[in-house]
Amino acid sequence: MSTPANTYGLLAEFDTPADIMHAAAKVRDAGYKHWDVFTPYPIHGMDRAMGLKNSVVGWFSFIGGVTGYTTGMLLIWFTNAYDYPIVIGGKPMFSPFSAFPPAYELTILFGAFGAVFGMLFLNRLPRLHHPLFKAKRFALATHDKYFLVIETSDPKYSEAETRKLIEAAGSTRIEMVED
Amino acid sequence: MSSAATTTLQAPPVPPELVRLPLITNNRSPGWISDQVAAIVEGKTPTWWWAAFVPSVIMLGLLGLMLAWQISTGVGVWGNNHPVMWGWDIINFVWWIGIGHAGTLISAILFLLRQRWRTAVNRAAEAMTIFAVMCAGIYPALHVGRVWWDWWLFPIPNSNAIWPQFRSPLMWDVFAVSTYFTVSAVFWYVGLVPDLAVMRDRAKTKLRQILYGIFALGWTGSNRHWSNYEKAYLILAGLSTPLVLSVHSIVSLDFAVSQVPGWHTTIFPPYFVAGAIFSGFGMVLTLLVPLRKLCHLEDIITMRHIDIMCKVTLATGSIVGYAYIMELFIAWYSGSPYERYAFMNRLAGPYAWGYWIMMGCNVIIPQLFWFKSLRQNLKFVWIMSILVNIGMWFERFVIIVISLHRDFIPANWGYFKPTWVDICTYMGTFGLFFTLFLLFLRFLPMIAVAEVKGVTPHADPHTPEGGAKGGH
Repeated sequence: MSTPANTYGLLAEFDTPADIMHAAAKVRDAGYKHWDVFTPYPIHGMDRAMGLKNSVVGWFSFIGGVTGYTTGMLLIWFTNAYDYPIVIGGKPMFSPFSAFPPAYELTILFGAFGAVFGMLFLNRLPRLHHPLFKAKRFALATHDKYFLVIETSDPKYSEAETRKLIEAAGSTRIEMVED
Repeated sequence: MSSAATTTLQAPPVPPELVRLPLITNNRSPGWISDQVAAIVEGKTPTWWWAAFVPSVIMLGLLGLMLAWQISTGVGVWGNNHPVMWGWDIINFVWWIGIGHAGTLISAILFLLRQRWRTAVNRAAEAMTIFAVMCAGIYPALHVGRVWWDWWLFPIPNSNAIWPQFRSPLMWDVFAVSTYFTVSAVFWYVGLVPDLAVMRDRAKTKLRQILYGIFALGWTGSNRHWSNYEKAYLILAGLSTPLVLSVHSIVSLDFAVSQVPGWHTTIFPPYFVAGAIFSGFGMVLTLLVPLRKLCHLEDIITMRHIDIMCKVTLATGSIVGYAYIMELFIAWYSGSPYERYAFMNRLAGPYAWGYWIMMGCNVIIPQLFWFKSLRQNLKFVWIMSILVNIGMWFERFVIIVISLHRDFIPANWGYFKPTWVDICTYMGTFGLFFTLFLLFLRFLPMIAVAEVKGVTPHADPHTPEGGAKGGH
């Protein structure tokens, strides 16, 4: 049996977090690349079961934070000490101490933007349409069921072999999803 | 190994008093949690909701009228006048923003401390934060008198070619409060995304499906997404923690950096932060004690949650009490006659009644929370939560009005009275707060569904309920 060209992948349903985690470990060990697990909440230990590396969101946040701090300090120096210097109560035109609180707040603001927009960028969100939304049962992925999807684009994908692997992992329901 | 050897290696049974109470009572399943929380949004509008919403909207209308009256007439409609140039406007600003702080404490600091009970209350508490900061923001924006020049507070190039000057703590405040509002809103929304996907996937009408769908950003629950999401959430919690501490510290610096006796003290930043958390937990209890019953969430917001929140109130109330006593000591120890007078005037001056309401509500009455039977008595807890917020309002009254009304020169002394506009504006901010909060209850999941599911035994792949064979 050959796979029709317009299929997205094989969708397998599981009933418990333990089942899907064991299945994920099997799929990882079988060497698949284009696959994913869909769960109503993050399952502790799933990143390891899938063989995922540590998320790089932290770098986006770090760059955001550095930008924020630099922006704050330069902004205050430029406005109060360079572009329009004016003496207030005999205080210095620019002091890193009085400039610190606003610069600190901008560090946090830009760091938070870095974390959120970095996360959305890494996840390629927003993406309002997804082939999996066509599968009726998939709506339960946000309720109380656990899904594993192996995409047809995976180099190791073969209809019979992949199905056998998932069946052996104990899926309760397997279906093909159109692209 | 023989079976006899295995039995000798078994751990002794845990004594019942050491067993932790479950976070979700009655062993509810993940599906039940979705259904129960979504029912508040999907079911028929309950009568109590209308009974609360209609007066809230009327009060919101009152706020609109008062602000229009103030803008069109001038700040003179408020009671602020020489020597009390900061009156109810700044009292209410500090009061509302303090209330917001419990939401961030619950969402960020307790997340970093791995306090898993926070998941049941964080969504509603964060919503409370955002709406409280909105109410707070009205006051500094309006008290400048000429609202149409508020944009001068931001470093925006203008035709006069002048800039805000950043050597004043009031400018720091602009950055602190606007950052606080933005980051709190972003944090709240990021937490909402998976739950908006829950609402989208169970939507029965097209309109709901489209609206929740757009705001859920196409969330699928992919583990590759969860991995980045959890990291981003952790970072946001890590950033919000110093943020919340800095915001009320900077608010306190508005006072502490000045020379006024009673304001010019170094204890202000930690004392303001503790007071903010104290009042915020008061408001969380005021809101959640009735809501858990009205929304049938007793299995999610359990008596254990109420108990813990009462303990936090007790702890922060005691910190605030320590700060009050330390202020008195330092005033005496400073040797400055003005400092000493400022504090004697608090204890026994014309506004002494305000000081003793503050002391009673913030320091003495919360000590009753040492008793477990009182922490478990919901009516008592609810009344206490309101007293806490009355006490915290009077704390700001004491700091602002009592310090200003008699400073260095007796010729400058005066007695402040609020006007009816002050009172109606304050009542109006409650209208704004409750209108927004009730709309939130009706249209968004008020419990963090995905997070609560994650702390049930069903979610742990290593327990029998999570599907592990024989407990793994």
